[in-house]
Amino acid sequence: MAIGVKTMKRPTQQTSYLRATLSGMALTFKHLLRPKVTMQYPEEKSAPDWTLSGRWRGTHRMLTDEQGRAKCVACGLCPQICPANCIKLVPGEDENGNRYPLIYEIDEFRCVFCGYCQEVCPEEAIHVGVHYENSEYSRDRFVYDLERLCSQTHPVSTLWDPTDPKGE
Amino acid sequence: MTFFLITSGIKILVVFTVLMSGVAFLTLVERRVCAWMQDRLGPNRVGPFGIFQPIADGLKNFVKEETYPALADKALFILAPVASFVPALLTFAVIPFGAPLPTHWGDVPLVVADLPVGFLYILALTSLGVYGIVLAGWSSNNKYALLGGLRASAQMISYEIAMGMSTVAVLLLAGNVAMSEIVGRQATSVLQWNVFPLTLAWFIFLVSAFAETNRLPFDLPEAEGELIAGYHTEYSSMKFSMFYIAEYSNMVTASALMVTLFFGGWDIPFTSWDNAAPWSLLKSVATIAAFATKTSAFLFLFIWVRWTLPRFRYDQLMALGWKVLLPLALAYLTVVATATWYLHAVLHWTYDARFSTVLFGINVVLAVALFVGLDRGRLISGSWETRKA
Repeated sequence: MAIGVKTMKRPTQQTSYLRATLSGMALTFKHLLRPKVTMQYPEEKSAPDWTLSGRWRGTHRMLTDEQGRAKCVACGLCPQICPANCIKLVPGEDENGNRYPLIYEIDEFRCVFCGYCQEVCPEEAIHVGVHYENSEYSRDRFVYDLERLCSQTHPVSTLWDPTDPKGE
Repeated sequence: MTFFLITSGIKILVVFTVLMSGVAFLTLVERRVCAWMQDRLGPNRVGPFGIFQPIADGLKNFVKEETYPALADKALFILAPVASFVPALLTFAVIPFGAPLPTHWGDVPLVVADLPVGFLYILALTSLGVYGIVLAGWSSNNKYALLGGLRASAQMISYEIAMGMSTVAVLLLAGNVAMSEIVGRQATSVLQWNVFPLTLAWFIFLVSAFAETNRLPFDLPEAEGELIAGYHTEYSSMKFSMFYIAEYSNMVTASALMVTLFFGGWDIPFTSWDNAAPWSLLKSVATIAAFATKTSAFLFLFIWVRWTLPRFRYDQLMALGWKVLLPLALAYLTVVATATWYLHAVLHWTYDARFSTVLFGINVVLAVALFVGLDRGRLISGSWETRKA
């Protein structure tokens, strides 16, 4: 060996290039005929052995009460805890002294989808959603306002439950 | 003369078109088969089963930007893709692909140019293919491209010798270098397909063909882990595409050559109906189909091997070429020459099925010895997975 390659002493059946080649080719041919694992995305979005986890944290959704108003009471906890500082909240107060959000905007580009807003929310109003198809034609369409957050219909994330870590 | 010119023109057009669309289709087949071997589906979006994918790829390459490295030798840089593309296509000119086609004005032999020196022409042109690659590597003025080009030239020159030696055995049996004669000599029975009397020559030719076409496990010229993309690192757009087409044309040509030299060319096995004189359109079509089937089988083998084997180390590659294949081809040639001399001159046998069966017997003995030897040898040692539960 001109370039000083160390040759290991191994039994013949381990070092035969011919046998390794033939068994390799048999293997690839077997795979050629096997059922394929590809999921054809736009048409199929889930398969029997693959669905999106219920703990998936995607774009947000604001839940509403029976009158169709946002459940948010503008307590200010979610902009406080948000590590990406992507929630803009301006609180307002009606004549009965109930607080409600005048402006509630989430910049989905800044968001890191940690789910803290959902965890911290005392009214279970803001949620991260089980959803991943978010394309838009312009950047400013990614700042979701209150109306848009309320009109989302996708399922909301269950998040990770420390008392049930495996989701059972 | 006019008849010859017109038919030749038509044949060139048809062969070129079929070869080019075949190459385009082959890129798709390669991707689909590769995907299937990896349990995927592969490109299936453009048209039914993805058959328009090559057109989409071609369009993409046409509209991409042409880049020229600042310090490249521009003339050679442009010439190199052409120089690798043209020999790949030219080789096909002497390969007969069907039984003669009868017309009102006479029979048309289904080969672009039935050169009396057909085989020498092929040897000459396949060597020319090296120039495109070396020029590409050198003119790019890029060290990785240069290394890739040098590797390619060393590899192709090394394996050309073994390849040439293995095919000399074919010429010994055929007694002629014209491709149509070589095919005609194999046509009488399946046992006379050269793969039977010359099994080992075919084996050497097969291995060398993989090396000549720079396909895995011999694709060291473009070993991306070491050389980025090898000799075509600096190429973009249609010039890159030319190298790609050249690689696939080389594959088609090597497969067609293997079929012609060792698998009876356009001969349909187990019948002599297709070799007899009253030619008809049906015979031509049937023999073309037979030729296409055999060639496709080898193309599949090329793809299959590519997606199975890892690349050789460079010293293994050189050792296989010079220390195994070349002495093997020479020794084998001696054996075959002695055997044919003995059968011809001493026993006065003519070349028929009995003759080739005896040679096949010799081949089986030699092959067993060779493969047992290769199996024990450490020259190109594969690793074996540990089968311990």
